[in-house]
Amino acid sequence: MNRTLTSFVDELRAVGIPVSMVEALDAADALEFTDLADRENLRAALGATLVKNPNHYGAFDAAFDVYFGALARPAEVGSDADPDHIGEEDDLRGAVMDALVDDDRERLRRLVGRAVDRYSGMQPGRPVGGRYYTYRVMRQLDADDLLARMLAAIATTPGGGLDERLVRDRVESMIRALREDVDREVTARLVADRGAESVAASRRMPLLEDVDLMHATRVEIEEIERVVAPLARKLATRLSQRRKQGRRGRLDVRRTIRRSLGHGGVLIDPRFKPPRVSKPEVVVMADVSGSMATFARFTLQLTYAIQSELSKVRAFAFIDGLDEVTRFFGAGVHFADALVDMSSNADLVRRDGHSDYGKSFEEMRERYLDVITPRTTVIITGDARNNYRPTGAEHLAEIARRARAVFWLNPEPERFWDTGDSVMSSYRAWCDRVEAVRTLRELEVFVERAALPVVGHG
Amino acid sequence: MEQPPTHDLPWTSPGEVAEALASVGYLPDARIAQVVYLAAALDKPILAEGPAGVGKTALALALAAATGRRLVRLQCYEGLDEAKALYEWDYHKQLLRLQSDEGAAWDDLEGDIFSESFLLSRPLLEAIRSELPVVLLIDEVDRVELETEALLLEVLDSFQVTIPELGTITATSRPIVVLTSNNTRELSEALKRRCLYLHVPYPTIERERAILAARVPDLADAMAERIAGTVATLRSENLRKAPSVSESIDWARTLLALGIAELDDAATSDTLHVLLKYQADIDAAVKELSLPPPTADPG
Repeated sequence: MNRTLTSFVDELRAVGIPVSMVEALDAADALEFTDLADRENLRAALGATLVKNPNHYGAFDAAFDVYFGALARPAEVGSDADPDHIGEEDDLRGAVMDALVDDDRERLRRLVGRAVDRYSGMQPGRPVGGRYYTYRVMRQLDADDLLARMLAAIATTPGGGLDERLVRDRVESMIRALREDVDREVTARLVADRGAESVAASRRMPLLEDVDLMHATRVEIEEIERVVAPLARKLATRLSQRRKQGRRGRLDVRRTIRRSLGHGGVLIDPRFKPPRVSKPEVVVMADVSGSMATFARFTLQLTYAIQSELSKVRAFAFIDGLDEVTRFFGAGVHFADALVDMSSNADLVRRDGHSDYGKSFEEMRERYLDVITPRTTVIITGDARNNYRPTGAEHLAEIARRARAVFWLNPEPERFWDTGDSVMSSYRAWCDRVEAVRTLRELEVFVERAALPVVGHG
Repeated sequence: MEQPPTHDLPWTSPGEVAEALASVGYLPDARIAQVVYLAAALDKPILAEGPAGVGKTALALALAAATGRRLVRLQCYEGLDEAKALYEWDYHKQLLRLQSDEGAAWDDLEGDIFSESFLLSRPLLEAIRSELPVVLLIDEVDRVELETEALLLEVLDSFQVTIPELGTITATSRPIVVLTSNNTRELSEALKRRCLYLHVPYPTIERERAILAARVPDLADAMAERIAGTVATLRSENLRKAPSVSESIDWARTLLALGIAELDDAATSDTLHVLLKYQADIDAAVKELSLPPPTADPG
């Protein structure tokens, strides 16, 4: 077990989960008090000792299934035992559905084994992570059709409204569980074939905070969406604590003397005035064309989430035209709704819908220059791919001259800047800082820095 | 150095932990039971993290009830310091003592005013000094500043406190320690390293149903299932504040008190304000769950 544990800890570290020496030793200690034959007990013991961040549990579970998923699996899966009497020709799908509806875990597990036998088309020795096998099995089981048939089978009253929604949610979660079962079965077979280390390496996925936002899959974006709000809340808390505790102001003589009365006039408890700290104003200018949109929205979302730590936020979006979009993101508005509202109602396209930075900066200068004051931090997000149009750098220069600072976030890695139609270096001279920000983690660090308070004296 | 005594708890398996907690009305899932069992076996604090209202604090209360120990609670807040967490000298009493006895020799006085009767024990010291073992709950630890966290670390490590004027006080019994966090900021690595981490998510529909049955005994089974299902669906929506377990219990009690025996769409809509605390959330829920608009104004 200790060999497996060491190798498992190595795998967690390879994914990016920080596991210290002490924690690995704790895990080994914990195993002495754990029923190793019970997979969920083992999962709890290793999780509690090794993984201390809720966002890392997805990666932990994935690695755990590779290393320990084979536990508590009936040995004879796929062999000649066939208590369900399902021949080659029979309706495996129908049997899976019945097992799902009856919630019969044992039968379902056997059927999943069969389905993987029949549909996955696995070839031994291939260095794959197995997602394609899972996909093939699920396609053959026809998840959508399963869903429709189960809805019909379960729904007792055609009531509509909440009844229907509750049944649908339940069925969907069953289908999700089925997919996980299939995936676990595929993984177990891959592990039997090639060993855990090799399979874990080919299944490895970046942690959410390290996913490249520009190339994130739809599923990853949904996951990121879920963590962005708590992350932003933490960011706001951190900023507010820093602002409050930053420095002490001058001695508050009146309150100090007043406090001393309780101690017979002894000045044991000095009081200080709060320091005068001004919150920065932020103007975000976001390229929302095509692949930039995802990146822009996370930037906007983080900025809006820390609104309480900023004295003012104004948001501008552009493609080949620019429009102020602040009005779409008021308090109490759902961020997702706001984005839909913005993309249908903001006036962002003048010609062909390809990014035009020069035109957009020009519009900013002509229409909104008064927005930018010496207290304003301007954050521009975009890849600076200008479709070979005039750069309009002189307009950015004018904006930069008036602003406190201009930061540019480019989601492309630095080696791609100035290749093809990227004109990053034309703008670089007018920016206080240009950064390649590709992941949520980098974005968070950046936004925190941009929101740092301006500390005054006295 | 002599090690403080261990927990000395009667449990020999996670199953027994689950039973003990269930007997006082807290229904742990297998993971919670295993982590609590490990915490007792390995003598480690539990750090419970998760959304507000999923029963993190309730776990500590249940542990105290199940073991028959006293609960010592340290409620954390921004600005909590040593004087409020550990101990403080009673300035006022000391001053009175000095003034009442002017002219006495300083050496006598010093020994006197820095004695235990002038010491105000705060929760941490209280947990350490307790004759009988206690359950120490450090609630919402994410609210304190880093410096206070360091102080907590020191105490949790050695279970002893050094008071310069009195000497070192070592724990005579080992408390069970539960720290809770609502995850509003990242806790320090050092603190996390020392704890067993227990991520407490919202319960599954089945578990929430069981919790409702245990906490609201008069509730019909069908109602419990319906409530658990509806609450789970609401949590899957992107709301500002998803309903917590305590809110779903409140909802069950409200429905019971109103004599609503069957939860149809109209009744759901009319009582949604028990579950959701923002008007924007109520509006979103009515829309997404295709409910009729509430009839009465919740205010």
